[in-house]
Amino acid sequence: MTQDAIAGALVLLLLGADAYASFFVAPTEATMGPIQRIFYLHVGSAWTGLTCFLICFIANLLYVFRRRPRWDWLGVASAEVGLAFTTVVLVTGPIWAHPVWGIWWTWDARLTSTFVLWLLYVSYLLLRTLIEEPDRRALFSALFGIFAFLDVPLVFGAIRWWRTQHPQPVIMGGPGSGLQPTMRWVLLFSWVALLGLMTLLLRHRYRLEAMRGELQMIEREVEGA
Amino acid sequence: MSLISNATVLFGKELRTEFRSRELLTTTVVFVLMVVVLFSFTFDPSSTESRRFAPGLLWLAFLFAASLMLQPCFLREQTNDTLSALRLSVSDPFAIFLAKLAANTLFLLITELLMLPVFSILFNIPVGSVVGSLVLVFFLGSLGISVTGTALSAISAQARMRELLLPILLLPLLTPVLIASTEATAALLDPAPAFRRDWIGFLAVFDIVFLTALWLFGEYLLEE
Repeated sequence: MTQDAIAGALVLLLLGADAYASFFVAPTEATMGPIQRIFYLHVGSAWTGLTCFLICFIANLLYVFRRRPRWDWLGVASAEVGLAFTTVVLVTGPIWAHPVWGIWWTWDARLTSTFVLWLLYVSYLLLRTLIEEPDRRALFSALFGIFAFLDVPLVFGAIRWWRTQHPQPVIMGGPGSGLQPTMRWVLLFSWVALLGLMTLLLRHRYRLEAMRGELQMIEREVEGA
Repeated sequence: MSLISNATVLFGKELRTEFRSRELLTTTVVFVLMVVVLFSFTFDPSSTESRRFAPGLLWLAFLFAASLMLQPCFLREQTNDTLSALRLSVSDPFAIFLAKLAANTLFLLITELLMLPVFSILFNIPVGSVVGSLVLVFFLGSLGISVTGTALSAISAQARMRELLLPILLLPLLTPVLIASTEATAALLDPAPAFRRDWIGFLAVFDIVFLTALWLFGEYLLEE
């Protein structure tokens, strides 16, 4: 219990420091102004979401080969947490885009591929709700998770390629290789803070799933007796 | 070599099952035709815009049709209780997938080739000079749809609401195929036809990636 409290306090502190860094330490972007500061949350969440999906993929592989319920629990926990972070990306994207580009949504390569990624993991979770039997649910959702993750680089590649061939409606004066050093440090720090939050959420979600699994096992034993 | 011979026998079985009734093919062809006609109401097909819209429309229709056509693929084995027998009859479970995906690719390709002249007439787009390249794009696209679709129909057959679930699992996964085949088809149907090696190569890469995945994980997909 105290361990949880300490971990929670630590993550809270990190997030506070991250907010401070994004607002006061990072320099104001020349053309976009203060709105660009949402970048640290936006990109940080995107990276954290991808980290979650990578964890989910590894957990899925381990489940298929080892068949321990804990890999299934980690799979569902990381998919849900990853989906939460990806949702943050999809919400902060339009908030950033509206004042800068003058529109809420554009079918920009990165936004679009993130949307497809989001849909892929929504269907992963949907699949899980539609299979009753726990072992079967674990196996088949793990297999779908593997296929979905293999699809991710193809989705990003295809959409990127496709978009660069069309005239862009708006030129994204976006962050690229030429990121200012302070901005880069703040972004990396932001990622670390969000990874902390991710770990905390994963831990709790995993424990919840473990309890649920044990409860189901006990229920089955009672029914059998 | 037993893999190929097993797969060939099973492929023959899939074809026999289908050509006895031809219900899958007829339904799919009618479905695609219906979608193409209904789509034409949503924009003016006589305008020059149709050249831009038509390839995407065509592939979207193929994708929707495939997500319906692939339903019975494993469901049929399940309702007839033949899946265990099928598994016992082959040494490598990949043979089952190979046969099923070859059959599905063939059915999709037949549907697409039947639709091509109709499409060409309805949207006033001449296809005669590029038929060979079009068939290649159709084949690679259909193979990609069938490989992933066959795998996912084994997954969705295990779930409730499977009729609704398969399209939901399949369509986001097929985004790269939709983009690549639409682009390749659009380039071929252009007044100055172009053979897009990059997109056709991309389709081939997609097919290889998921064929390998299916080969690696196929045996787990057949567990009961």
